Amino acid sequence: MNSTATEGMREITYREAAREALHEALTNDDRVFLMGEDVGRYGGSYAVSLGFLDEFGPDRIRDTPLSESAFVGAGIGAAIGGMRPIVEVMTVNFSLLAADQIINTAATYLHMSGGQFNVPLVIRMATGGGLQLAAQHSHSLENLYAHVPGLKVVVPGTVEDVRGMLLTALADPDPVLIFEHILLYNRKGVLPVQAGAVDIDQARVRREGTQVSLITYGGSLWKCLDAAEVLEQQGIDAEVLDLRTLRPLDDASIMATVTKTRRVVIVDEGWRSGGISAEITARIHEQAFYELDVPVQRVCTAEVPIPYAKQLEEAALPQVSDIVAAAQRVVNGHG
Amino acid sequence: MNEAPKPLPDNVDGEHALALFTEMVRVRRFEEKCAEMYSKGAIRGFLHLYIGEEAVGTGIMQSVAPQDAVVATYREHGHALLRGIPMNVVMAEMFGKQEGCCRGRGGSMHLFDKDTHFIGGNAIVGGGMPVAVGYALAASMRGQDAVAWCIFGEGAMAEGEFHESMNLAALWQLPVVFCCENNFYAMGTALERSESETRLVEKARSYKVTAEVVDGMDVLATEAAARRAAESTRTGNGPYFIEFQTYRFRAHSMFDAERYRCREEVHEHELHGPLRIFAARLQASGLLDDEKRAALEAEIAAEIDAAVAFAEAGTPEPVGELTRYVYSEAHV
Repeated sequence: MNSTATEGMREITYREAAREALHEALTNDDRVFLMGEDVGRYGGSYAVSLGFLDEFGPDRIRDTPLSESAFVGAGIGAAIGGMRPIVEVMTVNFSLLAADQIINTAATYLHMSGGQFNVPLVIRMATGGGLQLAAQHSHSLENLYAHVPGLKVVVPGTVEDVRGMLLTALADPDPVLIFEHILLYNRKGVLPVQAGAVDIDQARVRREGTQVSLITYGGSLWKCLDAAEVLEQQGIDAEVLDLRTLRPLDDASIMATVTKTRRVVIVDEGWRSGGISAEITARIHEQAFYELDVPVQRVCTAEVPIPYAKQLEEAALPQVSDIVAAAQRVVNGHG
Repeated sequence: MNEAPKPLPDNVDGEHALALFTEMVRVRRFEEKCAEMYSKGAIRGFLHLYIGEEAVGTGIMQSVAPQDAVVATYREHGHALLRGIPMNVVMAEMFGKQEGCCRGRGGSMHLFDKDTHFIGGNAIVGGGMPVAVGYALAASMRGQDAVAWCIFGEGAMAEGEFHESMNLAALWQLPVVFCCENNFYAMGTALERSESETRLVEKARSYKVTAEVVDGMDVLATEAAARRAAESTRTGNGPYFIEFQTYRFRAHSMFDAERYRCREEVHEHELHGPLRIFAARLQASGLLDDEKRAALEAEIAAEIDAAVAFAEAGTPEPVGELTRYVYSEAHV
């Protein structure tokens, strides 16, 4: 993907794309409102909703107290009451304070009520590391939510997805969690002028290749694409599969790339133990074991709380050089 | 009781008083039957009985309008029946049958009913409170005259979700009536062992919420308090808090050996139980006699027998349906 605007396309940042989606949703549907910490006067902790308070008013751009459980739960109640709330949680670490409402309530009500009460709620939150924000603002915990039936978990890595997935999530009758990687907000990409809703149930090949599959999502997508460039210079042809959605996982696309290249590296900013990479590895072994030439490799965050100091944080998070090294190992048959 | 029972005040309609009594007896007998069915193994899992607390739910429901929502706890059989969910489907749910209000997926602790906006049945203490606040927020944003009735035990007041929800409802002046059923024990932990401030209304008042405490064993008092709350809330005065002081006569659940309180304490409260005192007052007013009582009991017994028969004849939800309703079907 190149970032040069061509005809019918325009260049835009991830932040702007997220903002456009929110703007479009608020403009087109009176039931939609945005609620969360500092979404109004402050303009959003990552400045996504700057200016919305003036345009849409305090009823629809609601600053909340620091009460994650109450305002996420209020989103559930408002959704049941006929609204289409978008709840912003500042960072995935804070969402743990609302885990009761997300896991015990939003994910259970439809099933527990025998199909009577669906919860059309969208929760956005920032995730991931790389800004030296240390161990309570840098983790990638989306796999915890991907563990839970009843939720949908989407992880937009591109400007098109961050814009389109919000619209699709809002049209969904069930709770959808959107994870936006903090390093992506300033990243530019190109978007069709007529960009709109996109599917949230299929993975997408972002770069075609034949010798190794890099399976990834979110912030790590761009590291994998960079790694693929490096590998190309070394004569290794890598395919990059962007998962886009962690629940439900698109098994068919995963098995298709495995069958094509027969070598797999999974790149995930979550921890290795019990992470989404473990789940994907298991599924590959269940469904495509005999297609593999070498064992699956994983590049994950080191098993430490993410530290503050730059060199420590860099060492903890997956880096392009780690991905390149893992790809070389599997291509050379040393998986 | 040593004193002679007081007749009803003149301004209470006799027929209405009898109806209140009948509703309380209906809940009591239903739950006694549930306990029996539990002993027989027809009902399993947790079963939390409301016996002793019937005057609270009965009084509250008199002010719940059709457009209102009720968010309750895991001790909610009474609320479900009083809200108007048919007894058949409640009993069938307890039996885990397809004909149950939640097709056997919820059971005793998770009764739901969309038609009456009965939003559970929540077994996380405090977990329903933010949901009630959100429902009230939606009503307020949509300009609807709907109140969210949020029912919880005093144990929930130690949870962060109580404080967060109270603050949010007060800050945004939302139509929520917070109904605290104070039965003085959070499972086995007595109020004075779990709260530094046992005057619960003070907690609500600290959020600038109008609050009152009433005798939860007196159905006329609970009804009047709920009416005051409804009037205040519906006229845009924001949330309202009522502490209903009551008592649970039975164990917390069927697994509870009741090591935390003595039999004498329970007995003392039973003497002042809501059915007993109200029956005596109805008798003193000439509204109830042995014959009427027997007729009323027989009618309720017939309804309960029919509900048991309905539940027994119900269809077990097929295992093939296990994964239905994890996600909405229209969208799949």
